[in-house]
Order: sequence, then C-alpha cells, then structure tokens
Amino acid sequence: MSEEIVFIISAVIVLVGALGVVLSRNPVHSALFLIQTLMGVALLFLIEDAHFLAAVQVVVYAGAIVILFLFVIMLLGVDKAEELGIDPIGGQRELALVVGASIAALTIVTVGWSVDGATGSAPASAENALDNGLTDIERIGRVLFTDYAFGFEITAALLTIAVIGAVVLTRSIRREDVLADLEPASLELPSLAPAGANDEDTPHDGDSGNSGAEVSSEGNRES
Amino acid sequence: MELTTTWYLVLSASMFSIGATGLLVRRNPLVMFMCVELMLNAVNISFVAFGSDLNDVGGQIAVFFVLVVAAVEVVVGLALVVAITRRRADATADDLSVLRG
Repeated sequence: MSEEIVFIISAVIVLVGALGVVLSRNPVHSALFLIQTLMGVALLFLIEDAHFLAAVQVVVYAGAIVILFLFVIMLLGVDKAEELGIDPIGGQRELALVVGASIAALTIVTVGWSVDGATGSAPASAENALDNGLTDIERIGRVLFTDYAFGFEITAALLTIAVIGAVVLTRSIRREDVLADLEPASLELPSLAPAGANDEDTPHDGDSGNSGAEVSSEGNRES
Repeated sequence: MELTTTWYLVLSASMFSIGATGLLVRRNPLVMFMCVELMLNAVNISFVAFGSDLNDVGGQIAVFFVLVVAAVEVVVGLALVVAITRRRADATADDLSVLRG
C-alpha cells in the first residue's frame, strides 16, 4: 500500500508542476515548476527501482538543464510576464486546446483501457534482466558498454557537436558584420538592377521586385 | 488497489498531453523548450515502467539516451534563442516568420 501512496503523491507533484510550467506567465516561475516536475519524476523512478536514473534525473535535469534555462532567462532579461490573454493568430489557442484535449483523450484511453499490459519479449539475456542480483548501476554499466557501446560512442560525438554548435551560434560577432546583416538594403547588389532602377519614381516591373522587397524590409528594421 | 504499469502509463499520457498543449499555446521560445522537456520526461516515465514490466534493463538504457539527447537539444536550442534575441529583442515564436527566404 505504501507504494501506491508514494505514487499518488509524486503523481500530484508531477501534474501540478506540469500545469504550472504551462500556465505561469513568468518564465522564471515556469522553470521553477519544471524543477518540481522533474523531482516528482525522480520519485517515480525511485518507486520503480531505477535508483541510478533517479540520481541522474536530479543531477542532470534539475541541476544542469533547468539551471541553463534560468541562466538564459536572466542573461536575456526576458523575465517579463507574457500576456496570456491575447491571441495574435485568430483561433490558434482554441485549436491548440482542442488538439491537446484530443491527444490527452486518445493516449489515456489507449494506455489505460485498450492495452492489456506491455507487449514484447522476455529480456534478451540474463545480463539484461532486472532481477539478476546485480546492483542498478552495475547492470546499466554492463549493458551500456556491451550491447549499446556503439550508441554510447555516438552520444559522445553528439555532445561534442552540440558544444561546437553552441559556441558557433553564440560567439560574439564583429560590429560591421552585424550591421551588414541587419541592413540588407545596404549591401551592394549591382548585378540585380540596372542603373537608375532604385530611383523612387521608376515604375517597378519584372525583376525589380527584388529592390522593392529590400526597401520594405529596410522599413521593417527601422520601425 | 495495486500499483500496475497502467498507472504509470496514464500519468505519462497526461503529462505528455499537458506538455504538447503548452507547446502549442505558449509563444515564448524558452517556455516552449520547457514544454518539450515535459514531453520527454513523460516518455521517460513510460520507458521505465515498460522496462520494469518486461523485466528488462533496456527501458532504463533508453531513458539514459533520451537524457543525453534532451541535454543536447537544450544546449543548441538555447544557443539559438540567445542568437535570435541578440538581433531582435523580445522575440516570440511568431516573430520567427522573418526566417523566410
């Protein structure tokens, strides 16, 4: 009975946190609710005897990922409340709620009533069985470095690529590059338009639609 | 009442739906990323539940890889958010229509 009680408590923690993430106006509050949810998920892992994953959940998710979120929120200064009342795209919110309710109904009915337990086969080998007497970390380590060794190596490559990508994306750009990027109309494009095509009184025809687009985009930047 | 796999699956489905709805409703890119994290965690719950149901450690291995991919996704996604916000302050997901060619 105690397992059921712990499950219900952690389920309440998880669902309240998830709703808090979605409904909070302030991104900082969303991040804190996300920590609550992740802690609840770690509790669920503990009930299911996945002790290593529970620890990793707390360290990696709550300790690293959410802190990264908070860093970015503070760095960008976007900790302003988002107005949830306005709907810039007409009907988008109602449609989203309908789609979300449909996903909820479909998945809950499917996993709750239509499926009679998990399908699949018995564990591939004694190494993979959860009741082979090894500790949790030992079992995961053995399988991870034998059956899934290639995937583990690919993971290392993925992390390296992500770090390089993050550095490339956020490196500081020289001032003139920024200006050139922000004002496409200031680029010299002599081949696109004949001389005099940029005069204001010249009627736009054919391929001078290009320069018109440039002018309008410049107007957008300045506004 | 006995704690069965179905309990975990229903909880996972509810959490996934909340995350998906939030992803569709919210416009702040950071909150949208948090909703993606919610969905990934919901799937993690069902991975571990199925793993213990089938008496196989493969479910926990899958969670391990999902965790790594989630971390990578957050790193690259937040780098994109920083890069975009540097150019256009106060960007929401709707403003990213400027990405068109």
